[in-house]
Amino acid sequence: MSTLNTSISTEQTQREAPELAPAAVQDKPEETAIEYGQTVGTPFADDAKFRLRDVEVYYGESQAIKGVSLDIARNEVIAFIGPSGCGKSTFLRCLNRMNDSIDICRVKGSLELDGQDLYDPRRDVVELRARVGMVFQKPNPFPKSIYDNVAYGPRIHGLANRKSELDDIVEDSLRKAGLWNEVKDRLDAPATGMSGGQQQRLCIARTIAVSPEVVLMDEPCSALDPIATAKVEELIAELSESYTIIIVTHSMQQAARVSHRTAYFHLGNLVEVNATDKVFTAPEHKLTESYITGRFG
Amino acid sequence: MQPANLIPLIVVLVVIAFALGYARSRALAVPMGGIKHLKSLPFYYAARAAMWCGLPALLVLACWLGFEGKVIQTLVVGSLPAELQPDSAGKASLILSQISNVASGALSADVVPPAIAEAASRLTGLQQSSQTMMALLVICIAVLGGFVAWLRIAPHINAREKFETTLRRIFFACAGLAILTTVGIVFSVIFETIRFFGKVPITEFLFGTSWSPQTAIRADQVGAEGAFGMIPLFVGTLLISAIAMVVAVPVGLMSAIYLSEYASPRMRGIIKPLLEMLAGVPTVVYGFFAALTVAPFISGLAAALGLQASAESALAAGLVMGIMIIPFVSSLSDDVINAVPQSLRDGSLALGATQSETMKKVIFPAALPGIMGGILLAVSRAIGETMIVVMAAGLAANLTANPLEAVTTVTVQIVTLLVGDQEFDSAKTLAAFALGMLLFVVTLALNVIALHVVRKYREQYD
Repeated sequence: MSTLNTSISTEQTQREAPELAPAAVQDKPEETAIEYGQTVGTPFADDAKFRLRDVEVYYGESQAIKGVSLDIARNEVIAFIGPSGCGKSTFLRCLNRMNDSIDICRVKGSLELDGQDLYDPRRDVVELRARVGMVFQKPNPFPKSIYDNVAYGPRIHGLANRKSELDDIVEDSLRKAGLWNEVKDRLDAPATGMSGGQQQRLCIARTIAVSPEVVLMDEPCSALDPIATAKVEELIAELSESYTIIIVTHSMQQAARVSHRTAYFHLGNLVEVNATDKVFTAPEHKLTESYITGRFG
Repeated sequence: MQPANLIPLIVVLVVIAFALGYARSRALAVPMGGIKHLKSLPFYYAARAAMWCGLPALLVLACWLGFEGKVIQTLVVGSLPAELQPDSAGKASLILSQISNVASGALSADVVPPAIAEAASRLTGLQQSSQTMMALLVICIAVLGGFVAWLRIAPHINAREKFETTLRRIFFACAGLAILTTVGIVFSVIFETIRFFGKVPITEFLFGTSWSPQTAIRADQVGAEGAFGMIPLFVGTLLISAIAMVVAVPVGLMSAIYLSEYASPRMRGIIKPLLEMLAGVPTVVYGFFAALTVAPFISGLAAALGLQASAESALAAGLVMGIMIIPFVSSLSDDVINAVPQSLRDGSLALGATQSETMKKVIFPAALPGIMGGILLAVSRAIGETMIVVMAAGLAANLTANPLEAVTTVTVQIVTLLVGDQEFDSAKTLAAFALGMLLFVVTLALNVIALHVVRKYREQYD
């Protein structure tokens, strides 16, 4: 009986939905409208690591980021959420200038890390990326040994003078990434032979091996199974003690679990920034509410 | 009827079979309520009828043409009187050519024995009746095949599947043809090579250090003792190929790196076609560029430096060959470098590596097996290259490692051994086949290694 009821109710919802949606928009036009460059909530912080003002990003003629202003505080974990194509990854990649390699991409506005302009033409990108590390959506270990993967960054930045120092850095990074016990006996094995979750934690170990101040994570768990995801999330919580972490995620549960603040992006606009529990319990903006209740996205 | 006229006739019959088959399948569909009630579309029924019309006829035509000559020869020779029966293969071909010369009118029937003249007229008669029979048979088969297939068009037959099967067999036959040709080439070379080793011991060929293929015609002839040691040729080939690779590998590789990692899409769009245009220059043009421009320049330069250089040098040929191979190396390496996933580049750049560090430490090692495969293919190309070395490297079989001296290569010697009037059973001519076999074995080995390396590399990213 209950199955029958469910199927009937679903049918009704489906039939009613198209009529409801436009009506809802018509009822509350002022709440779903986005004003250019306006963000509700608490986008600014006192002790800002990143100070970003009126950031605009263009891909050729189309504008991907529309006047976003945001502060990212020291040692906070901030999650960027929003529907696909809303610009959250693009915005993230501005923070260590990974967009530089895309020819048609232009970045405007003021982006500062510890008060220094990120896009100053005289600025050394290598130094910036050493300070702002990045973990990608798909685990991308180099086709080298586990040891060489972690030692890659320290080697190019000359962080170790002796082999023993390098060994220490590798061990330390793998321990922080919670991977040491799993791989300590096979550091010379190729990294591509590890499981997906191990590979992603290796990529995190590789990133923290150069002692960055900020770690950017672009949907780090989207290619992982739930158990591996749980491990990476645990790791994020541990890392948040010593690093500023900015994480882009499609999973709202993940944002709720790991972040202190959550920023909601919509069509290139930063709609709302608030403490995570506030965003998920009492969102200020109608669009945020629609998104977190699963109306779209 | 000539076979050349038969083929257009078959084509016409095939078209007719197609049209009739199409019409019949549509006609069958009408009472059923449209073509959607047929098992296959009318096109497939029609194509099937066309195939039944054309394929058996063409197959029979090919077989007939293939065996006609042999059968007629046997018949003609068998009918000769006993005293004229050939006792050896050489004599048989002599008599046959005599008969066919008489038959074609090149030789007057009066100057040959009457039995031969008689055989000639029998040959003409047989040929004529053979052609008539062939034409009749082929047309009959085409019409019959087409008719049967047309009759068998029925709504429940899945013509689509049968068409698919036949098409697959045709494709397979085409692929098989290429392989059979290769096998045929290999065998023709192998048999001549075995004959050569009957005249010259294989150890002398493989380990002899002197090459001078002029065999004595008279016993007292001076300076033509004949020596068939391939070492000087092989060393010459390796020397020139090595020079070519020294030029082509770094330049090709670096241009590939520039194109795939540094160049803007616009630059890439301009440079890549220009670079590949180098591959389109005919090798004979490279040859005279090497012989007329580069070789004199090198000998002049060497003279200015106080070095002894001959007018034709391994260096000139090697340099130009290297230029020729650049697009080969760069194009293959470019593909391999592009196949390295972007995520690896991003990973390295995000760690603060520069572009060149990323190239050197991540992309190049990841692409190395593929690049090695490309280079090995380029080496086998250099070893087999002929025109440039014929024109610029010289003919003197010097056993030397000095790039300023004239050397000769395996390919050059094959050309000179076979150019002009030659008797085809002397050691000199047969040596060309042994050299060809040598080249074949070496390049085959290189290709096998290269393919193996490339395949191994592919598995990494799949």
